[in-house]
Amino acid sequence: MIVLDHVKMKYPASKTYALNDINIKIEDGEFVFIVGSSGSGKTTLIKLLLKELEPTSGKITVADTDYAKLKRRNIPKLRRKIGTVFQNFRLLKDRTVYENVAFAQRVIETPTRYIRRQVPAMLTLVGLADKYKAYPKQLSGGEQQRVALARALVNKPEILLADEPTGNLDPKNSWEIMRLLEDVNKKGTTVVVVTHNKEIVNMMKKRVITLKKGELISDEQKGGYIDED
Amino acid sequence: MRISSILYSIRQGVKNIKRNLLFSLASVGTIISCLFLFGVFYCVVMNFKSSMDELENSVVISVFFDEGITDENRSLIGEQIRLREEVNTMYYISPEEAWENYAKETYKDNYELAMESFAGDNPLQNSDSYEITLKNLENHAEFVQYLRELHGVRKVVSSEQTADGVSALSSIVTYASIAIIAILLMVSVFLISNTITIGITVRKEEIQIMKLIGATNFFVRAPFIVEGIVIGLVGSMVPVGLVYLMYDKVVDYLVSKQSIVQNLFAFVPAGEIFSVLIPVSIIIGIGLGLIGSLVTTRKHLKV
Repeated sequence: MIVLDHVKMKYPASKTYALNDINIKIEDGEFVFIVGSSGSGKTTLIKLLLKELEPTSGKITVADTDYAKLKRRNIPKLRRKIGTVFQNFRLLKDRTVYENVAFAQRVIETPTRYIRRQVPAMLTLVGLADKYKAYPKQLSGGEQQRVALARALVNKPEILLADEPTGNLDPKNSWEIMRLLEDVNKKGTTVVVVTHNKEIVNMMKKRVITLKKGELISDEQKGGYIDED
Repeated sequence: MRISSILYSIRQGVKNIKRNLLFSLASVGTIISCLFLFGVFYCVVMNFKSSMDELENSVVISVFFDEGITDENRSLIGEQIRLREEVNTMYYISPEEAWENYAKETYKDNYELAMESFAGDNPLQNSDSYEITLKNLENHAEFVQYLRELHGVRKVVSSEQTADGVSALSSIVTYASIAIIAILLMVSVFLISNTITIGITVRKEEIQIMKLIGATNFFVRAPFIVEGIVIGLVGSMVPVGLVYLMYDKVVDYLVSKQSIVQNLFAFVPAGEIFSVLIPVSIIIGIGLGLIGSLVTTRKHLKV
């Protein structure tokens, strides 16, 4: 479960709030879109959930962890419960597809025998089993995002955070990624997708939380993309 | 940490070195030059110290007794002196030995004649003495004062100027060496730190991803620490080898070509020097690598 309780966030150099009094509750197993134009506070929200930033005030609880009480040395343990996918994929360019996915397991010190079993299974799930030897630059954008997704999922996180996962993809690849996210969600993972892809949001009929200039302006089950104009 | 993770960190550390080969080589080169100078200084200082020790032992304090002192009282004085911590060696010179030594020194070739002519009548009858050498000349003056105040002691003879000179020179050489070596070591730490900083900058993206995936601080830092240690280790082994190869050759050369050096210096055997220098250099090399990488990763990798 993800709970944001009266969360406010103001950057030291800024006069206005990047997020102002945000209250959100996302239950386990939900699929949620967070939408809004640039400057709406989406990225700040992601950074708060990953505990890259501390809120100015308010309370954040993710996967039964109260962020205010979380000690610095326990941040890695929290992050292992959250898989993350980024718009620009953030793959390691000098490593193969296999190594990129295995990397996620190595950093949490998974024994090699498990890595050898789980990485191929995960690559099969995202449809890239035959490209395990390729390097990121040999792959299309959609394929790179699927590698990133495999990397985010290989440690079986409770929550999957996707920050503009289709931002750099054409419509066909965008839909493939969204279908994969839906499959992951059906298997029980909570999925939070930050996006401004109007078509996808409107078609998928999921819960939609809309942010505008740091304020939460709408939170609808089976919602649609709200045009700000 | 698991064995597989340790092996992974070692592999990554070695890869870092290869990736930043030029900077790694620069760091290794600096450590080599620092530890080479350290090795040379160490050899010079050890040889100098050994010569100082010889010189210190040659500074003898002679203690003469009141006329007519009993053997018992003289022994008592001897016992008292022997109990002092400063004493290195102490010998009793009997009147006969004193006269024989004096005659040898004064009459040289005619000394047997002199001995015969004074047979049975020792001119130095009351000149028996204790000859004392000290472990350390720093306390020389106080010790002489102590001897002078002993009951039954008539006179204390010592070469105070030599003692003071040797002691001062020994201190200057020791402090100057420590200062130079300390500066060299600091320069090494700075350069290793620079190399690691570059490694971190090059791998910034990778480190960010590691952190977001949930890598512990230690896991992120381990490859850089390995990198520092490898640089330090290689940087320490090369100069020790070089100094080792050079040492005997330089000593042989100095002894054969410059006889004055042979008289001035008591050369320490290579075995004695390198049984200390090899482990100390390796420990310093690894230590420098460790400190350089720990300081840098702590500064740049706040998770």
